[in-house]
Parts: sequence; C-alpha cells; structure tokens
Amino acid sequence: MKGKLACAVLMAPFFLLLVTVFLVPTGTAIWLSFFAQDQPGLGFGAESTVFVGVRSYVAVLSDPTFRGGLLTVVLYCLIYIPLMVVGALVLALLLDSGVAKLRGWAQMSLYLPHAVPGIIAALIWLYLYTPGLSPIIDLFAKGDIQINFLGINTVLPSIVNIALWSNLGYNMVIFYAALQAVPREVLEASVVDGAGPVKQALRIKTPLVRGAIVTVGIFTLIWALQLFTEPVLLSQSTPMISARFSPSMYIYDAAFTRNNYGLAAAASVILLAFTIALSFGVTRWTNRKAA
Amino acid sequence: MTLLGRTTVNVVIGVAVLYTLLPVMWLLLAATKNVDALFESDLFSFSDFSFVENVKNLFAMDKGLYGRWYLNSLLYAVIGAAASAFISIAAGYAFDKYSFRHKEKLFGLVLAAVMVPQTVLALPLYLMASEAGLVNTFWAVFIPALFNPFGVYLGRIFSQGYVPDEVLEAARIDGAGDLGTYFKVALRMLGPGMITLFLFQLTTIWNNFFLPMVMLSDQKLYPVSLGLYQWNSSATVSPEYYPVVIMGSLFAVLPLILAFMLLQRFWKAGMTAGAVK
Repeated sequence: MKGKLACAVLMAPFFLLLVTVFLVPTGTAIWLSFFAQDQPGLGFGAESTVFVGVRSYVAVLSDPTFRGGLLTVVLYCLIYIPLMVVGALVLALLLDSGVAKLRGWAQMSLYLPHAVPGIIAALIWLYLYTPGLSPIIDLFAKGDIQINFLGINTVLPSIVNIALWSNLGYNMVIFYAALQAVPREVLEASVVDGAGPVKQALRIKTPLVRGAIVTVGIFTLIWALQLFTEPVLLSQSTPMISARFSPSMYIYDAAFTRNNYGLAAAASVILLAFTIALSFGVTRWTNRKAA
Repeated sequence: MTLLGRTTVNVVIGVAVLYTLLPVMWLLLAATKNVDALFESDLFSFSDFSFVENVKNLFAMDKGLYGRWYLNSLLYAVIGAAASAFISIAAGYAFDKYSFRHKEKLFGLVLAAVMVPQTVLALPLYLMASEAGLVNTFWAVFIPALFNPFGVYLGRIFSQGYVPDEVLEAARIDGAGDLGTYFKVALRMLGPGMITLFLFQLTTIWNNFFLPMVMLSDQKLYPVSLGLYQWNSSATVSPEYYPVVIMGSLFAVLPLILAFMLLQRFWKAGMTAGAVK
C-alpha cells in the first residue's frame, strides 16, 4: 500500500500537467470544432454557442488558403527532411570515418546554431537576406548577379535554409553517437571482407543506425509540420508570405485575428490528425522495410 | 584511405563548419556597427566601432524594456526548467520502479503527447487561461512550459541506467520509506540525468515564442524572443532599431551557449539516450 502511495505522489505533478495542459486542451479543441458563436438579431442579441456539426471542417477544407498552406508545408517537408537527414548523416559518417581532423572543434561548431533560439536564427538569416544589410547579396552584386532571397520562388528554400542551419548539427550529434555504438568487430570484419571506406559507410554503418535515422526523421517531420516561427518573422519583411502561409499560421490567424474559434479549432484538429497519420505512416513504412 | 579521400572528407566538414559559423560571426561583427555603418560600410572596417554605444542603446531603448525582457526570459527558463526537470524525472522514476495496471498504456499516452503540435493546444490553452483569469500574466506562459513528456521518457531511461534495484532494496531493508528512499538515495543518482533534462527544457523555454505571442499583450511580461520580434517589426519602419535588435540577439544567444559549453557532457548524454534507446 505504501508503495502505491509513493508512486502516486511521484507521478501526481506530471499527470496534473498532462491533464490540464494536454488532455483538456486537446478535448477542448475537438469540442470547439463542432460549435460556432452565433449572434442572433443582427449582432445585438446575446452571443450563443450552437452546435454546427462538421460545418467548420467543411469550411476549413474548402478554404483555398488552408489547402494552400497545407500544400506549402508538404512541399517544405519534401525539401527540408531529405536534406536534413542526409546532410546530418553524411556529416556524422565523415566525422566517424577516422580521418577527420579537429573532430571535437568541428562537432562543437556544427552544434552551435542549436544554442541560437529559433526566432534569433530567423532574425540573423532575415538580415542576411535583406538587401543593404546582407554581405551575401553584396558579394553576388559584385559578380553582377542580382539575387532576391525573399522572392516568390526563393522564399520557401530560404525558410528551409534557416531550419537546416538551426538543426543540422543537433541531428549530426545524434547520428554520431549512434555510430559510436556500432561494434568495432563488425567494422573490422567488413574491412577483412574487402569493403572500402565508402562501401563500409553506406552498406554497414548506415543500416546499423537505422533506429536513429527513423527517430530523427519522425521528430523532424513533427516539427516541420508546425512551421510557424520562421515564416511569421519573414512575413514582416516580404509580401510573399501571407498571414495564412502555413496551417499553424492559419490557426493563429483564425483564432486571434478573425476570432473564429470554431474555424481555428477545426483547423487544429485537422493538423493534429495529419501529424498523427503521417508519423504513424512513416513508422509503419520503416518497420515494413525492416521486416 | 587515399590522400584524395582524406582531403575530400576534411573539405566537406570544413565547408559545413563555415556554413554554421559564418552567420554567428556576422552577428558579432554587425553588433559593432551603428545604423549608417550597417547599411554602408565594409563588414570588416572598424572605423565606426560602436559596440559599447550599441549596448548602451539596447538597454536604454523604450525605457529599458530589454533588461526587463531578459529578466523575464531568465525567470521563465531557469525556474521553469528546474521545476520541469524535477517533475519529469519523478514521473520517469515511478514508471521505471513501480508496476501498476495499464502502466504501458499510460506510458504510450505520455509518448503520444510528444507528437501533438503546440499550435493545436494554443487556442484551448488561451481560452482556459482566460477563463481562469490568467491571460496576460506570468503564469500563462510559465505553467504550460513545465510539461515535458519527452523528459518523462528520458527520466525512465535514466532511472533504468543509474538507479540499481539492489540499492533501493537495501534502503528498504534499512527501514527507509519509499519517498524517503527516492529523495535521499535515488535522486542523488539521478543528478546527471536531471541536469540533462534541465538543459533540454532550458533551451525549449528560452526558444518559446508561440505561446507568449498568444498569451501576452503586456510588453513588460514579454520574453526576449517576443520582444525582439516586435522590435524587428518596428525596424522595418524606423531603421534605428536595427543595431538594437542585432545587439539584443547577440545577448539572447549568450546564456545557452554558456550553458552548453559548461555542461557539454550532460547535453550529449541526453541526446544519446534519446536516439539509441
């Protein structure tokens, strides 16, 4: 009995938080998505909450700005995630290859951007994208190349670059740690079998850190789907980013600019379902590939 | 490996290092320039060295708002991360050392919480906070940041790794109660794990932007992230804000870099545990 009490005491604070800042809000979001605020009598009557069924869902899904935002974020994931996973893995493999110089320094430098808060990273890069401030644009201008990082076709890659810069080193460290755990006998055996360093990296080491690759992939996906900070900041400087550029921005706009809670809640639930479905799909797909 | 191979490896790593370091170098150099120099002169000319002046301007701008924001960020992040680490590790330890019905299902729920986007929870949290009269207060930003389900997951792993069951058994035989054992014996062994969780959550809260944006309207309660966001929007109209935002960014980066340098090994421990399982 005493053990049970202790267990409950240790878990209570966390589960109190789980309920108040996770379960109840999630339930509230689902609940809100089926209701709307209606003001009868030309808006003079008291505001009342009425059940509207799936009306908000239909409204969100048929809204071209929401679908556009979803498409933007899918496109963003398709560019960002492969670049991130492959980039971080290649760097980790190179650092693990045994011929890399100044390994500790390289790792620390690569990790450094992760200590820069997301909004600051976005600020630094925004200034590096801004004509007049940016030494990069000046450099290109000397070679007579006009470059606009915040144009209609470049703004998405520019956002990808910010995210890549922030997280590349972090994921590299995770891969590197996993590579360090690969048994040395396995590697020695492959050398005896005549595998060169490239073949060893791709055929032996990479499959052995599959678990880390899947973990990094899924976390990157979940974060990427929430895309908000970078585009919100860049939108202060370029008209190419609308207030509903990504689903998260759509939710913010619906909830706090248009004060349409039903619409915002429906969009939230759709984003949540989309996130769960994709993470689940990726997990299933990688498990099947392993079998 | 061939000489060509060696050279390629080091060149690729070198380029990646330049990619990560140069923007930070730019921030450092830009922080020494006043508005005119920022837009005109060569990045490496130090003829108008205004570092000290920029620092003064930063803390004087808008009646010293930045100092206020910095203090807020420190309060949100340091106290929040410490409390969060304490809460998460206790739950992780309980998941590891006790067995009860539906334990793994409950743990699955904790893991599922990692997946849920912050933006999904923001509106309901805002409505709940406004119901409780907490909107636009310190608590509206502080309380949700204590919740760290991934920390519970790591806490369970740390507990498996650092706290042998024999030690707990010995304490029990000595007549110590379960809670006494946890606070006097287990918690000490979990110390390094707790520092890891503290650092993780410190980073998360220091980075927190979306929730403060939703919850706070009083500038005096802003964390640095939200404050700089606002000043940047002013800079597009009045350029005298640019050097201040740049200097403010530089100051905002310092605490995490410092924490990271001082406590590097704890950082790595957590990341390794998370990836390798």
